[in-house]
Amino acid sequence: MAVADNKTEKPDGWNRPPVMEPEGEGELLEVAMGPHHPSTHGVFRMDVALDGERVIRLKPVFGYLHRNHEKLAEGMSYLGSMPFTDRLDYICSLTNNWAYALAVEKLTGQEVPERAEYLRVILGELTRFQNHASSIGFLIQEMGASGTPLMYAFREREKILDLFEALTGARMMVNYMRFGGCRVDASAAWLDAARKVVAGLPGFADEMDRLLSGNEILMARTQGVGILRPELAVNAGVTGPMLRASGVNYDIRKVDGYGIYNRFNFRVPLGDHWDVYDRYMIRLLEMRESIKILEQALKDIPAGPVMDPKAKLRGFRPKPGEAYGRIEAPKGELGFYLISDGGPNPYRYRVRPPSLINLTVLEDMALGENVADVVLIFGSVDIVLGEVDR
Amino acid sequence: MAVEAGLKIELGKQGVFVTTLEELYNWGRRNSIWPMQFGLACCAIEMIATTMARYDLARFGAEVFRPSPRQADLMIVSGTVTKKMAPQVVRLYNQMAEPKYVIAMGACAISGGPFKQGYNVLKGIDRYIPVDVHIPGCPPRPEALIQAFMTLQKKIDGQHLTGEGRPRHLDAQAQGEFPVPVPGEHDLEPASNPGVWPVPLVIQGSGIRDQGSGNSKS
Amino acid sequence: MKTIEEIKAAIEAAIPGAGVEIVPNPSPSGQHSLRLAPDHAVEVAKFLRDDAELALDFLSNVTGVDWPDCLEAVYHLYSVALKHGPLVIRMRTVNRTDQVELPSLTPVWRSAEFQEREIFDLFGIVFAGHPDLRRILMWDDFKDHPMRRDYVEPDDFEYEPTAHDEVLKRAQEHRNRE
Repeated sequence: MAVADNKTEKPDGWNRPPVMEPEGEGELLEVAMGPHHPSTHGVFRMDVALDGERVIRLKPVFGYLHRNHEKLAEGMSYLGSMPFTDRLDYICSLTNNWAYALAVEKLTGQEVPERAEYLRVILGELTRFQNHASSIGFLIQEMGASGTPLMYAFREREKILDLFEALTGARMMVNYMRFGGCRVDASAAWLDAARKVVAGLPGFADEMDRLLSGNEILMARTQGVGILRPELAVNAGVTGPMLRASGVNYDIRKVDGYGIYNRFNFRVPLGDHWDVYDRYMIRLLEMRESIKILEQALKDIPAGPVMDPKAKLRGFRPKPGEAYGRIEAPKGELGFYLISDGGPNPYRYRVRPPSLINLTVLEDMALGENVADVVLIFGSVDIVLGEVDR
Repeated sequence: MAVEAGLKIELGKQGVFVTTLEELYNWGRRNSIWPMQFGLACCAIEMIATTMARYDLARFGAEVFRPSPRQADLMIVSGTVTKKMAPQVVRLYNQMAEPKYVIAMGACAISGGPFKQGYNVLKGIDRYIPVDVHIPGCPPRPEALIQAFMTLQKKIDGQHLTGEGRPRHLDAQAQGEFPVPVPGEHDLEPASNPGVWPVPLVIQGSGIRDQGSGNSKS
Repeated sequence: MKTIEEIKAAIEAAIPGAGVEIVPNPSPSGQHSLRLAPDHAVEVAKFLRDDAELALDFLSNVTGVDWPDCLEAVYHLYSVALKHGPLVIRMRTVNRTDQVELPSLTPVWRSAEFQEREIFDLFGIVFAGHPDLRRILMWDDFKDHPMRRDYVEPDDFEYEPTAHDEVLKRAQEHRNRE
């Protein structure tokens, strides 16, 4: 059987978590962390088996927020599912909308006008900024900082949410992208307000950096904790800042070049040490890259329509076929897989949840660590339960 | 029985403060309601935003969000309650000490919300536990949550300490703990708690009207 | 990346008798897929992952589909090393009732672990060789496979103020039951 050789032969079972042996005597202490726990970012449960303070076994349990989004979508029209995609990753609803719109546009071959693409990029990067800020805030809160970085992050988030509300009508569940463009055009006044907000963002990123990055407690607790090897990360389907913190240069904005991302000049930060501190730093650096993209997009946005004039809004029945569309959401690779049978409802509607797949390696990262660090490792994965359970 | 308002103000100017025990008791309770840190889904993010710097909920007395149910007075059910999570919610409610209140925040907690046609979605948390304030919205704005909080405070103000309508913690016979549903093979068992959620049956166009509490077993 | 015909030829050259066929995709997305026969699927998967020209080391998405006569698992593969993709591979079960086994690709790509558990939970495909096949989203005692098209939801009475049609019928049945 001639199978092509790979240079590094991997033995069977190399991508399974190691079986840990307890060092002490006596029974293991089994703790169920969650579903009601101050640090589990929502209703998530981890069944941890401890030997003293060391973690021997960790099994995640989900499903506490399973709202059968995929089954609902089979009974609704394509456009009717758009508000439900808001509620997947509820902190970043605009990128969810974008991923779904992209998948449907791949299915039908629709084109998106240029101004709409620029608006999508602007809103997507604003979403990414406030998501990374909140994520850092939540991570530091679990370290014991009692909410102060979270207060700072939410202060910036409120400014960005004001922009969203002025443009789309809602703070969180925006329902803004459509197949072939955006729902509403942005006025010149809104663009000016956006420029003002973006002008204040570098100062905020600097403030966070100055206050947190050199902090002794942060460094002592996060450096060397929760290491994720790059080959395991790729094999386990990890994407997003977690993958880049493990040193793998894979950013879907650069690889796929969806939308107009290849017009913008931005770098992809990578991590060297693959630990929790790297994930924190990657998020901070990505916030700065987002600011760069925002400045370029806000400068270059052209005039024009925001909706494809040939787009069919009523009686939308794509031809039979299937498509998988994905974007670089703030949490990872968010993809939508649609199978159409020619009717107004999708035959199969599948969400590829980055948070769920990033949790595949939670056990590997947490084995052998102290139980207090499990909370940090879990916080650095940055999940949202709406996406994990859909 | 209270002193007339004009007289109260006059006495107040002289440095004499007149009140009833009930007012004082309720005033203390309403201004220090500590919620439990219980966010389920998207509404939880708006709840967190309400406690942050812009819409500070701590001004109203919700100073700290306690993670432990034993130390909390208020459970803000924010987000969709699924059938997998419902036993946990009821258990947490049972573990809270009296007096305890529940705010159902958002459409999902009131009735299942946009996910109503769900095999795993509980159509409203008031099927199993008594709810004091319902806030519609998806998600309700932080101002709406503050309004609900103020409504709860008004409700506490209006509670009389003696007599028929007295709150549960002053009534030795009242039921404070509710049975926890068990996940069965296809659904939760029981599907709802008839003592808490009397099915109101006003079915339009069918001539069926059912006054009062709906679980009428004649 | 090679075209779908070239990939099929490469697989058949490496693993004779692999049972691969092309499933064309009529939509403008151009994402055609390969249907694999279940008995050689794990070898084909290892070839796709380890081959130097394809290097499809990243399994992005595993989906379950409920067709009228069988169940299907669809895998979307990308390459992080060579930055190309996607390649879509599919496997079908024999029928929907009793012969619902498929080989698990978790030993090849770890990212299939939770996603195959989800397909087992919601569709009922049993993945042979999966290290930990149990329900993931529903509770363990749950008996049905909810994403199947013939799933009947439990009779959860829903109160509506202006009931009509289906809901009115169900409300009346509940009324009579009480």
